[in-house]
Amino acid sequence: MTADTMGLTFLAFCLPFLGALIAPALTRLLGHRAAWPLALVPFAVFLHFLGFNGKIAGGEIVTGGYVWVPSYNVSFSWLIDGLSLAFLLLISGIGTLIVLYAGGYLKGHVHQGRFFSFILMFMGSMLGLVASDSFLMLFVFWELTSITSFLLIGFDHAREASRRAALQALIVTGGGGLFLLAGLLLLWDVTDVTQFSLLMSFGPELRTSPYYLAILFLVLGGAFTKSAQFPFHFWLPNAMEAPTPVSAYLHSATMVKAGVYLLMRLNPVMGETPAWETILPAVGGLTLLVGAVLAIRQTDLKLMLAYTTVASLGLLVMLTGFGSEHALAAAALYLVAHSLFKGALFMVAGLIDHETGTRDITKLGGLRRAMPVTFLAALLAALSMGGLPPFFGFLAKEEVYTALAGGSLRQIAFTAAAVIGNGLMFAVAFAVALKPFLGAPVQTPKHAHEGPALLWIGPTLLAVKGLVIGLFSAVTHAMLTSPLASAISGAPQTITISAMPHLSLAFGLSIATVAFGIGVFLMLDRAREAANRLIEDIGWGPDRGFDQAMTGLVRAASAISRLLQPGRMEIYMTATFAVIALALLVPPVIYGEWPRLPVWPAGMPFHELAVMLLAVLGIGAVLTASNRLTAIVALGIQGFCVALLFLLFGAPDLAFTQFMIETLSVVILALVMTRLELTPRDHRPLREKIPDAVIAIACGLGFALYLLKVTQGRFDTALTDFFNLYSKAIAHGANVVNVIIVDFRGTDTLGEIAVVMVTGLAILSIIRIRKGRVGA
Amino acid sequence: MNTLIFRTVAPFLTALMALFSIFVLLRGHNEPGGGFIGGLIAVSALAIFGIANGIAAVRRALWFHPMAISAFGLFIACLAGLLSAAFGVPFMTGLWVYPVVLGVEIPLSSVMLFDTGVYLVVVGAITSIALALEAGDDV
Repeated sequence: MTADTMGLTFLAFCLPFLGALIAPALTRLLGHRAAWPLALVPFAVFLHFLGFNGKIAGGEIVTGGYVWVPSYNVSFSWLIDGLSLAFLLLISGIGTLIVLYAGGYLKGHVHQGRFFSFILMFMGSMLGLVASDSFLMLFVFWELTSITSFLLIGFDHAREASRRAALQALIVTGGGGLFLLAGLLLLWDVTDVTQFSLLMSFGPELRTSPYYLAILFLVLGGAFTKSAQFPFHFWLPNAMEAPTPVSAYLHSATMVKAGVYLLMRLNPVMGETPAWETILPAVGGLTLLVGAVLAIRQTDLKLMLAYTTVASLGLLVMLTGFGSEHALAAAALYLVAHSLFKGALFMVAGLIDHETGTRDITKLGGLRRAMPVTFLAALLAALSMGGLPPFFGFLAKEEVYTALAGGSLRQIAFTAAAVIGNGLMFAVAFAVALKPFLGAPVQTPKHAHEGPALLWIGPTLLAVKGLVIGLFSAVTHAMLTSPLASAISGAPQTITISAMPHLSLAFGLSIATVAFGIGVFLMLDRAREAANRLIEDIGWGPDRGFDQAMTGLVRAASAISRLLQPGRMEIYMTATFAVIALALLVPPVIYGEWPRLPVWPAGMPFHELAVMLLAVLGIGAVLTASNRLTAIVALGIQGFCVALLFLLFGAPDLAFTQFMIETLSVVILALVMTRLELTPRDHRPLREKIPDAVIAIACGLGFALYLLKVTQGRFDTALTDFFNLYSKAIAHGANVVNVIIVDFRGTDTLGEIAVVMVTGLAILSIIRIRKGRVGA
Repeated sequence: MNTLIFRTVAPFLTALMALFSIFVLLRGHNEPGGGFIGGLIAVSALAIFGIANGIAAVRRALWFHPMAISAFGLFIACLAGLLSAAFGVPFMTGLWVYPVVLGVEIPLSSVMLFDTGVYLVVVGAITSIALALEAGDDV
């Protein structure tokens, strides 16, 4: 990769974020028409990566990037092979259409600019995710997609359902991301590389590593949450609270496929083990069935599609883990097909919702005259989703059955799951594409008519594309799906399947699926009731479980807070000083390590003795002071005496500081006392004062013993010598104390002054709060 | 404490102490002193001024909000650390220059800038606490 294209590729990764930066201003300027210039951003990215197509199709792998933290072997680097490229093209290509669609969908919305900004940010994160070569970069972008999807799902933040859905998605996918991080760190530890491009040769080591299972489970924790596999599927349907462009983009073609992407990326090094080929198909197959059954149950267009997305993701995971070349090829085909038809259908659902005011399938009908273009797009997409020739979905389904069908029990079971799942999805596809359009016109909340061009361009293009790439399957395979399947399997693969129906077991299964699907479609109402009964009989679901877990978490947190933070100053003080006293006194008691009693020095100078006496007098004054203010000032006497002692024993800096601190403590304590409106005297009875006195004496005693013990030990002068020697030489300062503070340990000091400032701010705000309360 | 003598003397005392605090700050690298102690002296100076003439006078004299002074101190302390980036040396490396002004060599350093930051942080933070505690209505 030449330096020139490397810069351009880097720019392509940054471009969506730059677009996000200018989107709000541009939207203020142009209104919803800002969608046109903004769509150029993903389109430029699309064109840039399209330029790689020839190279990648020729079997090359493009890598590039910059060094980031060389000492930790972390780089900002990308890896573009068939897998990444397919994703990059889907993300930027569908992204272009989504930006246009959002321009029409949110026309006139106050925060449309913000929406453009969010969706471009998400796009940038997603592009980075699928192109990441470095583990850390993958993780960063992974979490960025979680965060941006949080913003997008909660876009309509005034509604509680949106907020809940956004938080749920963030907790599930973001939490899964932490599993992924742990998994990636383990991968790094086992293989000692931090890049996927280097990881590819470590397959044998990895599969035999004792950490293999741990890595697998951690990675699956990330992938299954992101790709909404059962039992983590519940966040995806809830995320339908988001505006439809979000659902069409994140929840069909891009973000939810990130987990599948990760599994595909790791398949060459982690696949083909018993654990991989058991867990993935089992979870995927279960998700397929659960998703398909739940989809039948819905009457809301978006929810029906959301659950079929869950089912489709299950199918993809199942295929990725099934363990044959055909299965991986099928996964590649289905991945592309699904992104196209599901994106189109979501946009159709949004379009219907936008133009009629409802997306409840039981309240819609006869729209074919009012919305002919939409009907066409819906029909084309549904034909692909249903897997009818010559659409691309047909190729995908044929390949799926070719991969799964066989004589063993395992093959029969998964084939059955696929036929049932696909049949149910067939029914849902046509329920979405036909029910609102056929039959007698029904009165809808809004007068139905065809939407503006901005709205129907996207779904129509995607739906037509599903037909075109199916018709010209040879080109599609050469340019897109064969390199994709090769990257997933880690060895060159050629996909040959075409739209020509051919007599085979797979074709027979296809016909069975379609027949089953038509059957379900015709009896959709009864099927819905049956599914409803089934779900109601089960009663509890992971969605409710999530709520229960969150409530439990909040309860536990507040219980712990109540225990640890009762809010009474005296409890904090008592606890703190009691612990200090125990920490100082318990070790010498247990180990019997008492200091020797000091010998009274002979010939002690009079002034030292006087200062000590004065300190003792100060303490006496504190104890006998008649009111609090006097006690504070008396405490100052003791402090000054200690400062004098420091001065006498050759620590002028320390003494100096101590003087100032004592002065200011007295001033500030006195000020605090006047604010607290305490009684001038301590009126507590003696039995309440005694425990405090005991703790105070224990603390004092403990510190005295501790200091004696420390000074009786051998004093290591290594540090003193070092600083005395180098203070002047290196740091050009004669005052060792100051040189340590500002130079040798300057970063420490920087942290400390930051703390001083933040503490100041905190105290300031506490005082303000008190004032507000008094004032109110 | 609102005696005539105190009120008359306080401004001079404050000025003197403020001057002394800067002296202590600047000599800190070679003699006892430094930004921390200097800052504390300056705070005491302001405390005396406040006790004598009221907090309004202190606020007027400071011109900026004390918290802003503190933040500015932290800012220049960070800046002093980041200066080293421009010279390709690790964060917080001390940098020295010795310009000659009127025939006198004056050693200047990023370390001194850092110590000035410390001084300002201490002055700002503690003064704002003291003022807020003493203030009646507005903070």
